[in-house]
Amino acid sequence: MSILLELAVPLILAAVGIHAAISGADIFPALCRGAAQGLITLKDMLPTLIVLFPAVHMLRASGALDELSALLAPVMACIGVPAETVPLALLRPLSGGAATAAAADIIKSCGVDSLAGRTVAVMIGSSETTFYVIAVYFGAAKIKNTRHAIPAALLADLAVFLLSARVCRMLWG
Amino acid sequence: MLMGLVWTAMIVVSILFGCINGAALQVQQAALDGAAAAVELCLGIGGAVCLWCAVMELMRASGLADALSRALRPALGRLFPESAKNESVMQPLSANVSANLLGLGNAATPMGIRASQEMARLGSPGVASNELCRLVVLNTASIQLLPTTVAAIRAAEGAAAPFDILPAVWISSAGSVLAGLLAAAVMERLL
Repeated sequence: MSILLELAVPLILAAVGIHAAISGADIFPALCRGAAQGLITLKDMLPTLIVLFPAVHMLRASGALDELSALLAPVMACIGVPAETVPLALLRPLSGGAATAAAADIIKSCGVDSLAGRTVAVMIGSSETTFYVIAVYFGAAKIKNTRHAIPAALLADLAVFLLSARVCRMLWG
Repeated sequence: MLMGLVWTAMIVVSILFGCINGAALQVQQAALDGAAAAVELCLGIGGAVCLWCAVMELMRASGLADALSRALRPALGRLFPESAKNESVMQPLSANVSANLLGLGNAATPMGIRASQEMARLGSPGVASNELCRLVVLNTASIQLLPTTVAAIRAAEGAAAPFDILPAVWISSAGSVLAGLLAAAVMERLL
């Protein structure tokens, strides 16, 4: 099982290559054509990221998130969400790297198998960097009117946060 | 539209709190650091994105992408009835969903972007269709069967069983996908 996980990517490459060889596709030109399209995808992503990231970094540097989480932590503790996890929940939709770093920090300080340590692991594992996905997908597709996508995605994030706290409490609380 | 308002609000809030917390200089530095970080991220994931696009193109050329989209059509057709009629959307969409399930984030993103561009071509220009919103919600809520990054962190911190959080991850990610899709279904009628 673990060797399969470690070799997942090479195995996918091999499977696709072997299937292509059997079906008689012209393998190398197709790969190069696809890699070239990858560059175009990157070109479509980059402008959005350059616009989005400064705002995210500024928000983190301003300390606004720390103050908001200090405000929310007692409220969350009332409904059974570990207070340590609140900063992470605020960071998660904005920045994948910062959220992973914060999670690693909480896991280190609270203990890897503590309730808070497990809860942040589940939160990170079952969510995505919402604003990154929204910005990149809509930016590349040249969408100006995003309609209900942002509120619906943020509701899903709230659900992850509350559900993972609840489930972890039931399993390890 | 909304994204622009969110962006402006983030900037204004940063300036306000930066001044209150005496972090004005850090906020200014963060603006430039953020732009640099965006370029670094793109370069950092660039190789993986291009490699997965190469795999996707080979799958298309060999007919494997078509087989995958046929296999997933019964399931995806319910969520994406309009896109299911269109092979140019179905192939990247099926690849995106498969990559998500396998926890291959770097592969899921370029395929999701391709799917969103193809979906946008079907709808009215500049406006997100219901199915495009659904695709975005599905990807932000992330259905992951194997959260490898977080398991690696747990292993590094000496967890007895790094993967023992799996059932909790499945429940909460499935619940969030459900909540997101339900919210989208309600809001697409109201908005």
